[in-house]
Amino acid sequence: MIEFRNVSLTYPNGHQGLKNINLSINDGEFVVIVGLSGAGKSTLIRSINQMVKPTAGELLIGGENTLKYSDRKLRQFRRNIGMIFQNYNLVKRSSVLRNVLAGRLGHTGTLRSILSLFSQADVRLALESLERVGIADKAYQRADQLSGGQQQRVSIARALTQQPKLILADEPVASLDPPTSHAVMKDLKRINQEDNITMIVNLHAIDLSMQYADRIIGLRNGEVVFDGPAASVSEKTFEDIYGRPIKEDDLVGDVSNG
Amino acid sequence: MKPSLDIRTIKNPKRMKYWWTFVGITIFMTLLYYVAFTQTNLSTRNSIWDAGPLLKRFFWDPFFMPEIHDKIPTYIHAMLETVAIAYAGTLIGAVLAIPVGFLAAANIGGHFSFIGKGILNAVRAFPEILFAIIFVASVGMGPYAGVLAIGINSIGMLGKLYAEVIESIDMEIIHTLKATGASKIQIWVFGVIPQVIPEFCSYALYRYEIDVRSSTVLGIVGAGGVGAPLILAANSRKWEEVGMMLVVIILTVTIIDLISTNIRKRIV
Amino acid sequence: MDKQKRIPIIPLKQKLFTVGVLVVVLSLYAAASIFTGSSPARFMNGIPEMFNFIINDLIPPNWSYYERVFPALLETWNIALLSTSLAVVFSLPISFLAAGNINKKLWLYHPVRFALNVLRTIPDMILAVMFVAIVGLGALAGVYALFFFSLGILIKLISETVEAIDPGPLEAIRATGGNILQIIWFGALPQILPQYVSYSLYVLEINVRASLVLGFVGAGGIGLILKQQMSLFNYGNIAMIIFITFIGVTIIDTLSTSLRKRLV
Repeated sequence: MIEFRNVSLTYPNGHQGLKNINLSINDGEFVVIVGLSGAGKSTLIRSINQMVKPTAGELLIGGENTLKYSDRKLRQFRRNIGMIFQNYNLVKRSSVLRNVLAGRLGHTGTLRSILSLFSQADVRLALESLERVGIADKAYQRADQLSGGQQQRVSIARALTQQPKLILADEPVASLDPPTSHAVMKDLKRINQEDNITMIVNLHAIDLSMQYADRIIGLRNGEVVFDGPAASVSEKTFEDIYGRPIKEDDLVGDVSNG
Repeated sequence: MKPSLDIRTIKNPKRMKYWWTFVGITIFMTLLYYVAFTQTNLSTRNSIWDAGPLLKRFFWDPFFMPEIHDKIPTYIHAMLETVAIAYAGTLIGAVLAIPVGFLAAANIGGHFSFIGKGILNAVRAFPEILFAIIFVASVGMGPYAGVLAIGINSIGMLGKLYAEVIESIDMEIIHTLKATGASKIQIWVFGVIPQVIPEFCSYALYRYEIDVRSSTVLGIVGAGGVGAPLILAANSRKWEEVGMMLVVIILTVTIIDLISTNIRKRIV
Repeated sequence: MDKQKRIPIIPLKQKLFTVGVLVVVLSLYAAASIFTGSSPARFMNGIPEMFNFIINDLIPPNWSYYERVFPALLETWNIALLSTSLAVVFSLPISFLAAGNINKKLWLYHPVRFALNVLRTIPDMILAVMFVAIVGLGALAGVYALFFFSLGILIKLISETVEAIDPGPLEAIRATGGNILQIIWFGALPQILPQYVSYSLYVLEINVRASLVLGFVGAGGIGLILKQQMSLFNYGNIAMIIFITFIGVTIIDTLSTSLRKRLV
């Protein structure tokens, strides 16, 4: 369970990214965070693994306040959290397999890993992760030879290889076309259901949020303005969160069921 | 009232400034050329008609002289020494340029990048030939001095190019690997090095092409290689020998350029 | 998936290739360092040896030697200036011949490119040796040598700039019935002018450095006295030459670089 207790985050330039957040997220939930760009979605997600560090409050995971962790403890904590980015963030010149194995870095000794001496169990795990997202055949290709959707699957496989308890996804489909967006969201949903991994996903598109989320959290100006089950959400809710009428851009379009 | 457009009323406010700049540059250049033509002795004792027979002595006669043919293996050996000087110098320079390049890159060196940039600027400001002279004088004539001069000089250019490559890497990957719990060394090995290695290799090869030419020249001041026999033959006006050496040099340089350009095209 | 078979992280073929390349590079280095007597350890020893030499022998320079150094350095600068000027003038028309988007006559384009490629493989000192033979000892040989040397560089740089220009204005002038000279004068030249000046200054910097060594083969400039003083082991005078040359080169580089920054 993840608990935010009065968490605030002020950037060095004085901008307040998060204002007094109180949330609790249960294990195995599929949570989608929505809001306009600049509303603090990314800050919220990144504060969980402290890619940005909250400046006030407590962030409890499994009952421990993670904000008090030492550097060493923080690294051990991070290796149990997978993270997926809008721009995939793969090492383009390395092979797909090597990119996926990067998910095992936190579990592998420094010397072993720089000599590329990953255990066979790790290599199998990496290939299984690739199989689960359907691109095991690309294992030895260079990452930059893959399409955008395939690259995002590689980054999902990288996160899976960490064998995480939690996956954070920061706008995972913002750079993808509608059919690929649905496919990637389905992968995430499937992983969430099969492995009971908690998913916290930032999304911009309203229809994707409603279709895949268990629970939707709405942010505006760094504050939680909505929190409820996805079933209870309507377009009106989004208009309240966004503070403006819904536009064409806010929808991806429903291609998958067509 | 009739609207009128008189071309003379359109004024370019910057015209006077351009005019003064133009006059200033003209006066300055005239002065430079005046000094150049009066202070430098540009006379020649030879007639331009001598050029034909001379070029024949350089590039035609040597092919038909058995005593020159006998010397070709010696020339090739000397040229190989030049090639080896350039290779040893470039490689060691390319390796030493890596830490300096990382130090000089703003995204890695941080507040200390000015130290790296300072070292690189100082090395590049110092002409290669002066390095060679200092090394020849301090460690003695021969290829060892040449390797030192080429090696140190290559750090200047390669370090600067490396720093530019490093400054253009995708820093997001470093954050990504940090998020998986990777240690600093692991981030370097998996996130940074794969992004820069191909460019580093390509620039080192490019520098090697330059250094083969440089080490030919450095031999003339005593830093080993084909330069020394070349200047010896030139001083005793044995143009046939000089010509054959030139042929060996030009052929070798061309072959190395071709190979290196080919490899570079495949790397990046 | 076959659970028994070991799964490689890097495919065998790629691994062998990488190892092969490394072996070739390192054994070539081993050969070169034995051939030249410069193992890495000895290389690292050379640097402190250089500093010892500078402190013990080069310092202090013989300050009064400036009387000989200044005229020699002036001659070096003049050789660089004159050869660059000549190259700047002659390179422009040839650059248009060597640019594929202006010169569409292939029978003319290919020979020009070929001649330029050959010219660029010749190191500057070799041109100097040849011109000393042709026009005799003195600064003129240096001017000719660096003229041809910089012609190769300058034409390559300028013709590449010409090939990268916006084709729109050229089309427009061609459409109004302009001939090839009008196309170049009104369409191409204004587009390349800043780069043309900038590259000319860049080549001037290269020529200043190249002209330092010309005197060693008798082609004029500071190299002549440098050679004399080296054979006499007169380190005080050598130090003075190095000192003044370094300052001179730095001044020219700084001026030229700041001018180039303003241009482009």
